[in-house]
Amino acid sequence: MFAFIVKRLLAGLLVLSTLVVSIFLLFWYGPRSPVQGLCEQRTNNRCTADFRAQLEENFGYNNPMLSELGKYVAGIFTGRDIQLGANTFVECSAPCLGLSYRTFVPAFDELVRRLPATISLAVGAAVIILLVGVTSGVLAARRRGTVADKALVSATLLMSSIPYVLFALLVYLYLNVINEVFPEAGYTPLTENPVAWLSGLLLPWLALGFYNSTQYTRFSRGAMIDALSEDYIRTARAKGLSSRTVTFKHGLRSALVPIVTIFGIDFAFLLAGTIFTEIIFGINGIGRWGLEAIQIEDFPVVQTTVLFGAIVVIVANIVVDILYGVLDPRVRIS
Amino acid sequence: MSTDTGVTTGAAGAAAAGERLLEVEHLTVKFPTADGLVNAVTDLSYGVARGKTLGIVGESGSGKSVSSMAVLGLHDPRRTRIEGSIRVDGQEVIGLSEAKLRRIRGNSAAMIFQDALASLHPFYRVGKQLSEAYAAHHPKASARDARRKAIEMLDLVGIPQPDRRVDDFPHQFSGGMRQRAMIAMGLINDPSLLIADEPTTALDVTVQAQILDLLGDLQREFDSAIIIITHDLGVIAEMADEVLVMYAGRAVEYGATRELLTHPEMPYTWGLLSSVPDVSGDVDARLLPIPGNPPSLLDPPSGCSFHPRCVHRDKVPGDLCTTTIPDLSPGGRGPGHLKRCHLADPERIYATEILPEIAPDLADGAPAAPAAAPTNKEA
Repeated sequence: MFAFIVKRLLAGLLVLSTLVVSIFLLFWYGPRSPVQGLCEQRTNNRCTADFRAQLEENFGYNNPMLSELGKYVAGIFTGRDIQLGANTFVECSAPCLGLSYRTFVPAFDELVRRLPATISLAVGAAVIILLVGVTSGVLAARRRGTVADKALVSATLLMSSIPYVLFALLVYLYLNVINEVFPEAGYTPLTENPVAWLSGLLLPWLALGFYNSTQYTRFSRGAMIDALSEDYIRTARAKGLSSRTVTFKHGLRSALVPIVTIFGIDFAFLLAGTIFTEIIFGINGIGRWGLEAIQIEDFPVVQTTVLFGAIVVIVANIVVDILYGVLDPRVRIS
Repeated sequence: MSTDTGVTTGAAGAAAAGERLLEVEHLTVKFPTADGLVNAVTDLSYGVARGKTLGIVGESGSGKSVSSMAVLGLHDPRRTRIEGSIRVDGQEVIGLSEAKLRRIRGNSAAMIFQDALASLHPFYRVGKQLSEAYAAHHPKASARDARRKAIEMLDLVGIPQPDRRVDDFPHQFSGGMRQRAMIAMGLINDPSLLIADEPTTALDVTVQAQILDLLGDLQREFDSAIIIITHDLGVIAEMADEVLVMYAGRAVEYGATRELLTHPEMPYTWGLLSSVPDVSGDVDARLLPIPGNPPSLLDPPSGCSFHPRCVHRDKVPGDLCTTTIPDLSPGGRGPGHLKRCHLADPERIYATEILPEIAPDLADGAPAAPAAAPTNKEA
């Protein structure tokens, strides 16, 4: 088991190093100057060639590529001082992922600052996705073929057919702006004010959770129907177990394996940042940060958000693999 | 179908005083589907007494399993139409509430299924699954009691080191051990009726013999009534006191095992016997498969449902076979042997046409031994 995890972690490191180098190269050799966005931002969109050249010089883009890549990678492990102007240095401690071109704050510090908002949003939404999605899926499976089942499946299909951006916008508009049914959405740190944390996230949680629960309803329903048609379910019924025990202890237990698989990956994507939710509901999380960074060509921030997303997905995959063994003794590695 | 009383009492062979442990009367099971009504079981009657074994034989889809699952009320009532009567120890099962059915299932009537690998939950330890069956009917028993009972049962069915193997998962058991565990689970509440649905189908021959011996031993110990569902006449010859042959959801022949296997009176039974290879028998004996396939239960053939495959139908005058369903009635061998066939003199046809083909060595003299000795026909 330990060797298995080490192996998976090493494979993950390989993915990460490939990502670090390729994003670095993308900006270095891209069609535009890597500091073009920064230049325009500094000059109110009146970037001159001189100023751009000066910025390129300051940020080391005139040095050999390999030496700059080396500095960048070394900074991840040891930290480094980054020169901004002639005599201006900013200390960027390990793991240094560069300075944001917009704020000149180390990108990693900004990531850590924004992480709680994204985690809060992701965890709350995940709870709703699982509770609503799996529960309704199990209920539909138990009543499969009935009107209630068909209505539920149709409703989830209808909901999935609406683009999420539109759905979230309508939710925000009708439940928060036009009718103030829900407290105003936003993020307050949990440690600062738990009540404000809860009330501000309630609507984003519900929007993100309910929208994404629809595919879990259908998926859990299918997984449950498969599980309930297994021979061992017939055995469980023939033993005289109650219908509830048969459904949940014997049926859901088996259906959980495929559900956990897709949930692991979906949760990773939630953690890596929910761009639309964060923008529409005004939450300063990682998704919004990454999108803004792309818009202004903020290379270190783009690099940071992509790496963070990759790490989350890699870890989620390893966790799912470990969970397989926990859930299904047949794949347990001794 | 006018021989109802004959079916239930006459077929028992012994004129049973009072009721047997299981009495199935006029059982009809239909499944409404999108394509129409599937007539899975039609007007089926049989019974088993304590300590006795009934064998039910037939091809896939003949209604063997459907009828026995009805005994435990395992069919989804929303998707099944059941008529008739099933009484387990005097208790009517049809129409019984789910809560009351649960008290019977696994308790006074238990079922063991074929393919124990699929029928045991892959995620739970064998002992856990056994003790769960015990605890379901012994709510006051502690977890430790249930576990002790599980170990005791595993020991009883011959699992080595039961106190260690009790914590194994089903996939860690061999095929024979899994089937033993399945039997242990079926017997854990001392059921008076045990239904074994093809208990040896997935097992190799030596293990199959061990499992059958085990069932026989356990029957002697617990005085249970056993229904053994199989398509293997070898198993029937070894285990059953009585045989019920099913075809297309109906009983087509019913009688004491030895009687039925030595003097079969229905062409379908002849076909079954002809398709059993006899390893110890004459090498010149021919293995004759029954032509064609079992009929669709959505749209059963008119008249005798076996007539499209029956090579003897021209021996029946007129178009009786294609128009009229024969009654299940006593043939020329007394009230204990019922058959559903229009043939006037089946015994002569069997002796002169069938027996010489399948067992030439028996055909000369009087039929002496069952044509189907315990053989090893695997599906």
